[in-house]
Amino acid sequence: MELERHEYDVVVVGAGGAGLRAAIAAHEQGARTAVVCKSLLGKAHTVMAEGGIAAAMANLYPEDNWRVHFRDTMRGGKMLNHWRMAQLHAQEAPDRVRELEDWGALFDRTPDGLISQRDFGGHRYARLAHVGDRTGLELIRTLQQRTVALGIDVFMECTITRLLTDDEGVTGAFGYWRESGRFVAWQAPSVVLATGGIGKSYKVTSNSWEYTGDGHSLALQAGATLVNMEFVQFHPTGMVWPPSVRGILVTESVRGDGGVLRNSAGNRFMFDYIPDFFRKETAETEDEADRWYEDKKNNRRPPELLPRDEVARAINSEVKAGRGSPHGGVFLDIASRRSPEYIRKRLPSMYHQFKELAEVDITADPMEVGPTCHYVMGGVEVDPDTEASRVPGLFAAGEVAGGMHGSNRLGGNSLSDLLVFGRRAGLAAAEHAVKRSGAVALAEADLVEAARAALAPFEREGGENPYTVQHDLQQTMHDLVGIIRTAPEMEQALARIAELQERVATLSVEGHRQYNPGWHLALDLPHMLLVSECIARAALAREESRGGHTRDDFPATDAGWARTNLICSRAPDGSVALARQPLPEMPAELAEIFEETA
Amino acid sequence: MSYDARFRVWRGDASGGDLQDFTVAVHEGEVVLDVVHRLQATQAGDLAVRWNCKAGKCGSCSAEINGRPRLMCMTRMSTFGEDETVTVTPLRGFPVIRDLVTDVSFNYDKAAQVPAFTPRPRDPDGNHRMQQVDVERSQEFRKCIECWLCQDTCHVIRDHEENKAAFAGPRFLIRLAELDMHPLDVVDRRDAAQDSFGLGYCNITKCCSEVCPEGIHLTDNGIIPLKERVVDRRFDPLTWLGSRIGRRRGDPGQGPSPK
Repeated sequence: MELERHEYDVVVVGAGGAGLRAAIAAHEQGARTAVVCKSLLGKAHTVMAEGGIAAAMANLYPEDNWRVHFRDTMRGGKMLNHWRMAQLHAQEAPDRVRELEDWGALFDRTPDGLISQRDFGGHRYARLAHVGDRTGLELIRTLQQRTVALGIDVFMECTITRLLTDDEGVTGAFGYWRESGRFVAWQAPSVVLATGGIGKSYKVTSNSWEYTGDGHSLALQAGATLVNMEFVQFHPTGMVWPPSVRGILVTESVRGDGGVLRNSAGNRFMFDYIPDFFRKETAETEDEADRWYEDKKNNRRPPELLPRDEVARAINSEVKAGRGSPHGGVFLDIASRRSPEYIRKRLPSMYHQFKELAEVDITADPMEVGPTCHYVMGGVEVDPDTEASRVPGLFAAGEVAGGMHGSNRLGGNSLSDLLVFGRRAGLAAAEHAVKRSGAVALAEADLVEAARAALAPFEREGGENPYTVQHDLQQTMHDLVGIIRTAPEMEQALARIAELQERVATLSVEGHRQYNPGWHLALDLPHMLLVSECIARAALAREESRGGHTRDDFPATDAGWARTNLICSRAPDGSVALARQPLPEMPAELAEIFEETA
Repeated sequence: MSYDARFRVWRGDASGGDLQDFTVAVHEGEVVLDVVHRLQATQAGDLAVRWNCKAGKCGSCSAEINGRPRLMCMTRMSTFGEDETVTVTPLRGFPVIRDLVTDVSFNYDKAAQVPAFTPRPRDPDGNHRMQQVDVERSQEFRKCIECWLCQDTCHVIRDHEENKAAFAGPRFLIRLAELDMHPLDVVDRRDAAQDSFGLGYCNITKCCSEVCPEGIHLTDNGIIPLKERVVDRRFDPLTWLGSRIGRRRGDPGQGPSPK
């Protein structure tokens, strides 16, 4: 078998924020490090992040500190977050942001010349370091340029199809060059998964084609566990019109910078959806909400800036009640509240996006927005300090890892998550490689089997087209495992996923191995189905509503489920096994933070 | 709202290829990339195309649409007449891999040659202080989404493969300008700009600025100021003036004329 082979200490899968930060950390520890990514360098999904990086730097509000950020994060996740991850995240995020400046990042400034910080949902103080509304681009470009300057090897447009293991843990990875279709294998004692999320299994999503859940699936198949998979975040504001752009993200910064949500009657309906859990810290009147932008000490946050799960559910309810906008969303209005100059300065990408794609001038007219599948809170279960999975040598950071965000992620906490845990994963992966260096080898039989499996779609003739199967999966997840869930629908989803798994096993692709998107999709589909099954199984089991998981048949939170995580693993027969696991106990000195005044 | 459009898409690989005709449904609000995806899903499952964000933020889906370098995700079908044939071809400035996918490794090779950002030390309290007005000049260039449309359109290299060794293209000239204007950076890249990146090859026709989907003023705000800084350093003003007056193609320091 023709096979290109490489040997490294650490192989990082994925070149978004988490992957590049992990690679930089591993390289700086002296590990021979490679990054393998499906797209060209600099195109990863991080580039689409808009609002900013949450970090309690206290540049605008000296009252801010890691304890407040920690508290906001845990409450935003409805207390299901792994406390230790939330703690490390809040403590380390400011240093991770400052370090980006040493690598060339240029954030917007305060009048004092410090990094400016903006308001966002669920954050008590203005906390998001940002560059207009293109912060993700700044983050990825900075890390990309640092990666290049350090001379780290990057395998671009290369897809991993298998993780390779022996009895002691990870031994490497197997994949193909997208350009040529030729196979390549990496021998490495440490692999860091930084593959992002799963949104491409849904019909309406802000996610790109890369978000197939391949990292989640690879980890599961290698023997790792997934946690919190029932929690999928629907961002409240995606574009709804025209149909071809449905799902494209409209940044939360629009609301952070003063935008409000209105229904067809022109009412700011979010005041009708303030949950008791956040009532004490949320404004009761429009006047108070409007004053808050200038005076946070004496006023409370506008309800438009409740955590995303609350806002998404509210929009969903308004539309269902017949109070939606002409194209099935609601109105997001900043035009009547801020000057055109301010809007163009603070939200240049949004201005451009609506102008170009929807022919709407957001400085003059409201936007039409509705929920879009945006982020999976669930992911590989990891040790909070090292991001190590249950498989020795396998690490996970960023969206593919679970635990940090509990049942719902706050906006801005993703970019900081990438940096904090990307770095930690890289350090731990380098350390693990030192211990296992020289002790790993790739089993020839595994390589042959991986190649056979990858070529199987070419062997079959007359089978179904992969695009049809993908379309049916997206429709299934959209209709049956979406924002609002019920047991009968999810049972139906599981039955359909089982049918789709059979169809995937028989589909065929046309053409040859060179840059063939049909073949690539055929290899992505099993990952998408496995992850969709995990989501549906966990969502069916959790009989309560919490964060990104809303059950029409169990609308309340449940005290028992408040202490329980659901863990997915691969059973010996290949099916998904689900187990309940108690939440780790928060130490008293952290628990008391929640006793402090709101 | 919907109609059948006529598309001509270049299909082939490094060994050759040709334009293939398709008739394909187009719906309201769609962009060229939507139509290319519909071709993949219904008529040409192996049609090769790069894309990621589909929102003009990642710069992956660059191609030439009716001969003009554009992002497919930001080109609305409503800009064409319903009876107009839409022709989609790969970027001409780079070697074809397959169909609409080209080998853009030239850009990554040039990126690796840029002398890295090197900051001054932080202030004693651990912060860097910069004024907004000072960061905005470099921020304009950091909006670059690396779609390579400027590289594709620049006539110095578009049909002059031989110039690629000496000329890095507009993207990397504004990268140098960005670093040159960066308030924290302490490295002088002016010699490198002229000697290694071929700044002198640019004769400021502004084609790059015209195709930039981010609206970056590459020439006016980046390349011309960089040229001025290089000239400022390299030449005594009187000598410089003399060289301007008497300048003809092929003069030292100006590089060969591309036309």
